[in-house]
Amino acid sequence: MNFDKELNARGMSCPLPIVKTKKALVDMSSGQVLKVISTDTGSLKDMAAFAEQTGNPLLSTVEESGEYIFYVQKK
Amino acid sequence: MATKKMAIIATKGTLDMAYPPFILASTAAALGYEVQVFFTFYGLQLLRKDLSSVMISPLANPAMPMPVPMPVMVQMLPGMESMATMMMKQKLKKHGVASLQELRDLCLEADVKFIACQMTVDLFEFDKSEFIDNIEYGGAATFMGFAGDTDICLFV
Repeated sequence: MNFDKELNARGMSCPLPIVKTKKALVDMSSGQVLKVISTDTGSLKDMAAFAEQTGNPLLSTVEESGEYIFYVQKK
Repeated sequence: MATKKMAIIATKGTLDMAYPPFILASTAAALGYEVQVFFTFYGLQLLRKDLSSVMISPLANPAMPMPVPMPVMVQMLPGMESMATMMMKQKLKKHGVASLQELRDLCLEADVKFIACQMTVDLFEFDKSEFIDNIEYGGAATFMGFAGDTDICLFV
C-alpha cells in the first residue's frame, strides 16, 4: 500500500504508539496515509480505537512476523 | 461535535501511581480530548522539575511483583527503596514504556492543562520554583469549574 510518511514505533509500549501516531498526523495533509510499524500487541486494538474516535480511517492492518503495520489516513 | 473533556485528580506521588494519570492524559489528548489534571497532596511531586525523587516502595505494597519473595523485615532495610526504584525503572525501559518525564512532556506538548492544588502547596510549604512552569494554581472550586462539564472524570 502506498503511504506518505512512516512512523517506526517498534519497541514502544502503550500509550506511545498512539500518542506518536497522533503527533505524526499533525503535520500531514488531509487524505495522506501514515504507515505505523508497532511491536506492541496492545496497539492492535488501540489503533482501531484511535481511528474510530478521531475519525482518521484505518485503511489496513497487517500482522507479519511479530510486527503490526497500520495504514492510517488523515481525515 | 463538541470537544470531549476529561479531568483527572492525581493524588499519589510514587512511581507506580504516577503513570496512570500521565498515560491517560496523554492518550486522551491524542484522541482529541481537552484534558486537565489537578495535582493535589502527594501528586504535587509529579510537577517537580526534577522527577528523580519519584520512587516506588515494596513496603506495604504486597501486590508489587518481586523477582524473589522478600520478607517485610528485609524490605525495611536502608536502600531497599532505591533498589526497587532502580529495578522498576530498568524494567519499564526494557519494555519500551516511556519515562515519566517523557509522558509529562507529551502531555504538555498536547496542551494538557496541569493545575497544582494551592492549598497543598501552602500546607507542605513547597517552593513553587521547584515546579515546572506553565502550570496553574487553584483550589477545589477551580477543578469543579472544569470537571462539572467533563465526559470522563477520574481520581487516581
